[in-house]
Amino acid sequence: MDGHRDPLSSRAWRALVLGVPLAFLALFFLYPLAAIVERGLRGEGDPPLDVLTDPTTADVVWFTVWQALASTVLTIALALPAAYVLGRYRFRGRGLVGALVVVPFVLPTVVVALAFVAILPDGVERGWAPILVAHAFFNVAVVVRIVGTFWASLDPRVDEAAATLGARPLARFREITAPLLAPALAAAAAIVFLFSFTSFGVVLILGGPRFATLEAEIYNQAVRLFDLRAAAVLSIVQLACVVAAVWVATRLERRVVVTGQLRPESEVLRAPRTTRDKLVVGASLGGLALFLGLPLAVLVERSLAIGDGHGLHAYRALGRPTSVLLAAPWEAVLNSVVYAAAATAIALAVGGLAAFALATSRGRVLDSLILLPLGVSAVMLGLGFLIAFDTEPLDFRAASWLVPVAQALVAIPFVVRILVPTLRSIDPRQREAAALLGAPPARVRREIDLPIVSRGLAVAAAFAFAISLGEFGATVFLARPDRPTLPVAIFRFLGRPGEVNVAQAYALAVVLMVLTVVSVLLVERLRVRRGGWF
Amino acid sequence: MLRVEGLTVGFDGVAALDHASLDVSNGETVTVLGPSGSGKTTLLRVVAGLQVPDKGRVVLDGKDLAGIPPHRRGIGLVFQDHALFPHRNVAENVGFGLRMRGDNPAATARRVRELLELVGLAGFERRSVGTLSGGEQQRVALARALAPEPRLLLLDEPLGSLDRRLRDRLLEDLARLFGQLDVTAVYVTHDHSEAFILGDRVAVMRRGRVVQVATPDELWARPADEDTARFLGIANVDGTEIVRPEAVAVRPAAARGDGTVETAVRVGPVVRLHVRLDDGRMLEAVMASLEHPRPGDRVDVEVDPRGIVRLR
Amino acid sequence: MTLFPDALRTLAVGMAVVTVACGCGGSDETPRVVVLVTHDSFAVSPDVKRAFEEESGLTLRILKAGDAGEIVTRALLTAGNPEGDVLFGVDNNLLQRTLEGDVFEEYESPRLENIDPELLLDPQHRATPIDRGDVCLNYDQAWFTERELDPPRELSDLVLAPYRDLLVVENPATSTPGLAFLLATIASYGDDGWQAFWRGLRANGVLVVDGWEDAYYARFSGSAGSKGKRPIVVSYASSPPAEVIFRDPRPSEPPTGVVERSCFRQVELAGVLRGARNEEGARQLIDFMLSERFQEDIPLQMFVFPARLDTALPRAFEQFAVVPESPLELPPEKIEANRERWVDEWTDIVIR
Repeated sequence: MDGHRDPLSSRAWRALVLGVPLAFLALFFLYPLAAIVERGLRGEGDPPLDVLTDPTTADVVWFTVWQALASTVLTIALALPAAYVLGRYRFRGRGLVGALVVVPFVLPTVVVALAFVAILPDGVERGWAPILVAHAFFNVAVVVRIVGTFWASLDPRVDEAAATLGARPLARFREITAPLLAPALAAAAAIVFLFSFTSFGVVLILGGPRFATLEAEIYNQAVRLFDLRAAAVLSIVQLACVVAAVWVATRLERRVVVTGQLRPESEVLRAPRTTRDKLVVGASLGGLALFLGLPLAVLVERSLAIGDGHGLHAYRALGRPTSVLLAAPWEAVLNSVVYAAAATAIALAVGGLAAFALATSRGRVLDSLILLPLGVSAVMLGLGFLIAFDTEPLDFRAASWLVPVAQALVAIPFVVRILVPTLRSIDPRQREAAALLGAPPARVRREIDLPIVSRGLAVAAAFAFAISLGEFGATVFLARPDRPTLPVAIFRFLGRPGEVNVAQAYALAVVLMVLTVVSVLLVERLRVRRGGWF
Repeated sequence: MLRVEGLTVGFDGVAALDHASLDVSNGETVTVLGPSGSGKTTLLRVVAGLQVPDKGRVVLDGKDLAGIPPHRRGIGLVFQDHALFPHRNVAENVGFGLRMRGDNPAATARRVRELLELVGLAGFERRSVGTLSGGEQQRVALARALAPEPRLLLLDEPLGSLDRRLRDRLLEDLARLFGQLDVTAVYVTHDHSEAFILGDRVAVMRRGRVVQVATPDELWARPADEDTARFLGIANVDGTEIVRPEAVAVRPAAARGDGTVETAVRVGPVVRLHVRLDDGRMLEAVMASLEHPRPGDRVDVEVDPRGIVRLR
Repeated sequence: MTLFPDALRTLAVGMAVVTVACGCGGSDETPRVVVLVTHDSFAVSPDVKRAFEEESGLTLRILKAGDAGEIVTRALLTAGNPEGDVLFGVDNNLLQRTLEGDVFEEYESPRLENIDPELLLDPQHRATPIDRGDVCLNYDQAWFTERELDPPRELSDLVLAPYRDLLVVENPATSTPGLAFLLATIASYGDDGWQAFWRGLRANGVLVVDGWEDAYYARFSGSAGSKGKRPIVVSYASSPPAEVIFRDPRPSEPPTGVVERSCFRQVELAGVLRGARNEEGARQLIDFMLSERFQEDIPLQMFVFPARLDTALPRAFEQFAVVPESPLELPPEKIEANRERWVDEWTDIVIR
C-alpha cells in the first residue's frame, strides 16, 4: 500500500474498513435476524396488532425502558468515583483493580442472582430495586474501564485552569470534566443501557413473577407459548427502542469531538500525596470493593461449603470426568480460553477496522449498526441462526466456529466504543505532519495512530477476551456438549440437585473469576509492537 | 504582598522544591528564571494551590493560604500550553471566571469584549479555540486569567511553545500590559531575555532553591555564584572571579599579540568572539562594530577592571 | 499482540475444515454419524455411549440445545430440515404441540413390548417413551422434625394455617416443573376447582420464583448448603436420592421427603426427526435407548425412572426414590388445548 503515489489505495483502505465490518454484521446479524422475523410474521399466531394493543405489552415496554435508564444512571453513579481514581491517580495495584472490576461482568447471571438472593435481607430481595442493583453490579466494569481509560488521557491542567478561575469542584465537574468525558460516558452508557434493556435472567430471578422485560416476554412467546409471530412483533418493538437509544447515544458521542487534547497516561496520572488524595482513593476503591466483593465472597463461600463445614472437595472433583459435561470440568477452562482467544481476534480485526472507519469519516449507519447486537433478543438471533444457516452452502448449524463468531458479535461494540473516542481525538495535524514527512497512509496509521491507540487497544482486547469468557446466551446454543465453556459448565451443574453438583458450579464460578483477572492482566500487558498489527 | 517561605516538595524522593523562598510586593512583576527541572513550575503550582507542599507556607496579603483550595485563592494562572477549554469558544473561555463569580451575562459580555480588545483579539468571541493559532490561543489564555481581576497573576512559560518572532512581539505586548494594568505577577521562564525584559526583579532558581533575587541590572552586575553567572550567559568565569564579555576589548595584534581568535559569530548588532589566550585560557568578548577579527587572527586583549566581578 | 494473527489463521483454517466437513456429509453414502438433539439435562455414561457406537459402528453426536421448551421450538422451526436425526426430551406437556408441528417420522421400535403401556402416548408411534419422572412437592425433613409438625400429605394441606409461608413454587410461565405442578392441581381439583385452590395458596403466602434453580437452591431450606427459609418446594420425586448420592459422606437417610399425592407424571419421549440425514442410524439409536443397557443407566444419569418395567433400579433409587402409585395426569391434547389459557388465568390469580 503505497498511498502517496497511488490515490486509489486509500479508497481501497476505505472499502476495507467499511466493507469488512458491514459484511460481517450483515451475514451474522442482520440476515439471521431478518430471517426469523420474516418467518414469525409469515407464520401462524396472534395477529400482530393484538400484540401491540395488548395493555401488558405497553407495561412491559415501559418497565423495560425505565429500568434500563435507571440501571444506567445507577451504574454510572456507582462507577464514576472509581473511574476518576483510575483516571487520575497512579498507585500500586492500579492494574489489578482494573482487572478485578471486570470479574462481575463475566459471571453467569444465575449464579450472581442467587448470590444476591442470599445476601439481600428478606422483603427487599425481590422487586425493581434488586434488579437495578444487580445491573449495576454486572456493568460497573463497563463504565469504570471505558470512562476511566479516557479520563486518564484528559489533560488535568484544563481542570486546574478552571479551579484557578474560581470554579468549585462540582462546577468543574459539570462545566469541564463531564463535557470532556461526554464521548466516553455516552459510549459506556449506551452499552450499559443495552445490557440492562435486554436483561433476562436477573429480571426473572430478582424481579419476581410480576416483572418482565421485552426480552423475557419475547422468550416467553417464542419458547413457552410457541407464538413466533408475537415474538417477532415484540422483537420489532424492541429493535425500534434500541435503535432510538443508539441514535441518541451516537449523537451525544459525536457532539463533542475534541482533537489534540489527549495526553499519554504517564503525564496525567500522579501519586496520591495529600491525606485528601489518599482518602479519595481509599473511599472510592473501598466502596467499590464492598459493593462488588460481597456477592463474590458468597460465591467463594458456597464453593467451599461441604456438609456443615468447608473444604476443597468441589475443587478436587473438577479433575474427574462427569457425564454432566461429557468431559472433566477443568477442560472447560481450556475450551473457554481457546474460544475467547479466537473471539478476541475476530472482534479486534472487525471492530478495529470499524473503529478506523468511524473515526475518520461519518459512517452513521455502521456506527449504530455496531451496537445493535447488544440490544436485540438473543433468543430470536439464536433461532435466526438456526433457520438462516440451514441450507448449503450456508449450513453452519453444527459448526463450532460459530461460537467465537457469536461471542465476537457481543465483543465488537466494546472494541469500537473504546477505540473510537481515542482515535477521533488524535490531532489530524499529527497525521498531516507524518504524511508531509513522506509517510504513506499505511505507515501513518502505524506510526501515528497505532502508538496512540495502543493503550485503548489493550483495554479493548482485554474486554473482548473477558466478554467471550463470560458469554453464555449464544455459547450455550452453539458449543458442543463435550466442549463446554466455563459458564456453560456452571449452568449444567447448577441444573441438577445435590451438594456436590452445586458446589462444583460455584467452584467453577471461582475458577472463572480467577481466570478473568489473570487474563485481563496478561492481555493488558501485551503492548503493540511496531508493525505487529497492521 | 506574596510571601513564600521555605517551600519544600518532594516527588518520589526527589526534591522539586527545597526550602524555596520568595517575596513579591504589590504591583511588582517578578520573573522566576531557571533551567528546566529547577522547580519553577512546582513553585507556581504550590502558590496557586494546585500542589500541597510538604513544608513551608504561602502568605498572600498577610493571610496564610494553607488549606485554601485554588478556587478560593483569587490567583490567576496562565498555563504553559494554555490549557484552554477545548469545548468552549473564545468568549466562553474568557468569561468563565466571571461566570463562576456570578457576574451577570451583560457585565460578563462587556468585560470579555474589553479584554479581547486589550489582547488584540476583538471580534474573536465566537471562534472555536481549536481554530486559533498558537499566539492567539496564548492571548486568550492571558485574557481568561486576567478577566476576574486576580490579586496575583502567575504565568508559567506562557511563550514557551511559540516561535521566536511571535514571542518577541507578545513579549512587548506583555510588558506593555503589565505596566498598563498594574498587576502583581510572577512570571516563570527559562529564557533570560524574557526574564530581563519583563521582570522588575528576577529570581534565579536552581535545584529547587531560589538562589538569588535581584533587579536585572544587579543580577547582571553581580551574579550570586559561578553557576548563576554561567546560566546568565556570562562566559568568562574563573573560580571566584568573572570577567564580563563586554568589558573585554579585542583589537588586531599590534605586535606578537595576546592570543588567537577561535570563533567569531555575529548576534544581531554585536559580534561574539572566543579568544584562546597564549596561556591556554579561553576568553569571551563582545564587540559592537561592523569590522571584527576573523578566526585565526592574532589579537591584543585588554580587560576593563570595572568589568571584573568577584563572587561572594 | 502477535498472538492474534496466528489465532486468526487457525480460525480461518478451522472454518475451511468445518465447511468442507459439513459439505461432505454426502447424500449417497450412509452417514457414519448420528446426531441426537436433546435438552440440557440429558446425560449418559461414557461407556454406555461407547457401547452404542461400537454396536452400531456410528459416532453419536449429542447436541444439547436448551431446555425442553427450547428444543421443541427449534424442532418446530426446522421441521423437515432438522438439526439432527433424533429428538429426545419432548415431554407429555409438549408432545401434542410437537406432533402438530409434524416434526417426527413414524417409527415403531421392536423393543416396545417391555415398556409401561401407560406411557405409550402416541398410538401412531411418532414419539417413543424413554423415561418417566414425577414432579412432586419435596419437603425438608429436619425442618418439620424440629418443629414437631407433620409434613403435608395432600395438596389441600397447603392452604391450612400451619403451612403458611412454607411453600415455594416455580412460575408455570417460565418453568417446566412449575407448569407440571399447575397441571397437578388442575388434575386434582378439576377445571373449575383449581382456581379456588390457588387463591387459597396465595392467601397462605405461596412464593413464586422464576425457575427450579432459584426455588431449589436459594429458597428451599432442605437442599445442600442452602440458606433458604421455605421447607416445601416443587421439585422431582428423584430429588431425595440425588441429595444422598451427591453428598460426601453419604447420609443414611435422605434429608428431604416427597409428598406422594402431589406428584404429576412426566413422560419423556424420543422420535426420529423428519428429514433426518441418517434415518437408519436414528432408528438404531431409538432402539438402543430402549435397550436394557441404556435404560439401566437412566436413573443415576438423569434422575428419572426408565420406561421399561423390567429394568433393575440402582440401590439408592430402590431405597430412597418414591414411586407414586397413582400420579396425577392429564391427556396431552387437553394440555395443548388449554395450556396458554391456564397459565394466563393462573397469572391473573396468583401474580396480579
